[in-house]
Amino acid sequence: MWIYEKKLQYPVRVSKCDPMMAKLLMEQYGGADGELAAALRYLNQRYTIPDKVIGLLTDIGTEEFAHLEMIATMIYKLTKDATPDQLKAAGLGPHFAAHDSALFYTNANGVPWTASYIQAKGDPIADLYEDIAAEEKARATYQWLIDLTDDVDLQDSLKFLREREVVHSLRFREAVEILKEKQSEKRFY
Amino acid sequence: MSIQLDEAYYSLLHELQAIDFVLVELQLYLDTHPNDAAALQQFNQFVELRKRVVHHYETTYEPLLQFGRSNMPVSSWQWIEAPWPWQV
Repeated sequence: MWIYEKKLQYPVRVSKCDPMMAKLLMEQYGGADGELAAALRYLNQRYTIPDKVIGLLTDIGTEEFAHLEMIATMIYKLTKDATPDQLKAAGLGPHFAAHDSALFYTNANGVPWTASYIQAKGDPIADLYEDIAAEEKARATYQWLIDLTDDVDLQDSLKFLREREVVHSLRFREAVEILKEKQSEKRFY
Repeated sequence: MSIQLDEAYYSLLHELQAIDFVLVELQLYLDTHPNDAAALQQFNQFVELRKRVVHHYETTYEPLLQFGRSNMPVSSWQWIEAPWPWQV
């Protein structure tokens, strides 16, 4: 089960209303390499991964929901004071028509999230390599997002998330090595 | 009861976030290095530190967990009164 903790993992501050940046951040909300995809990918794979790696997938999957909340907070704070005209000028007219100011799981182009973004092969090496790739793609996306804003407060939170992707990728690489060691051990029996 | 979102609030919240950052890092590290005694010791040390800071935060401001997981007696239903993380 899960219990909600009423705080963000890391502070999210923004220095201005910026619906254009909010639109770009949706890539990490409901995009292919975004936080929703990450959380759902790992928490679904964990049921059939070898025991030695279940803890890691559970814990990283759980942390991804904390990141999802941070991205949601960014989008919320960047758009809460925007007028319909400002949203329209930022390319969020279609979003506003369907959702008003509500958040929705789409990528930056407004395409709704789909389970086809993620995979579960049941093969531990295939699954972990997908996870490593997902972390690296998310890290790259965070770098592009940092480059796309001059808001230093927002950049600070995005840099935190970028670094978390680096750590997750490292831990998944270690998990691959743990499984390889286990496989080679078996050959001696 | 509304909570005062002043410098002291953000400072204490930040302190808790910093401790939790250490614990998340150690949690994931221990998932792939479960036999690292020094990391285990550091983890236990920060768990103790966290208890003190959480107690301070929850008695001064609001409960952090629902479903009875917070270690403070409930005199009023602050859970829905205090602002949410994206509102502070």
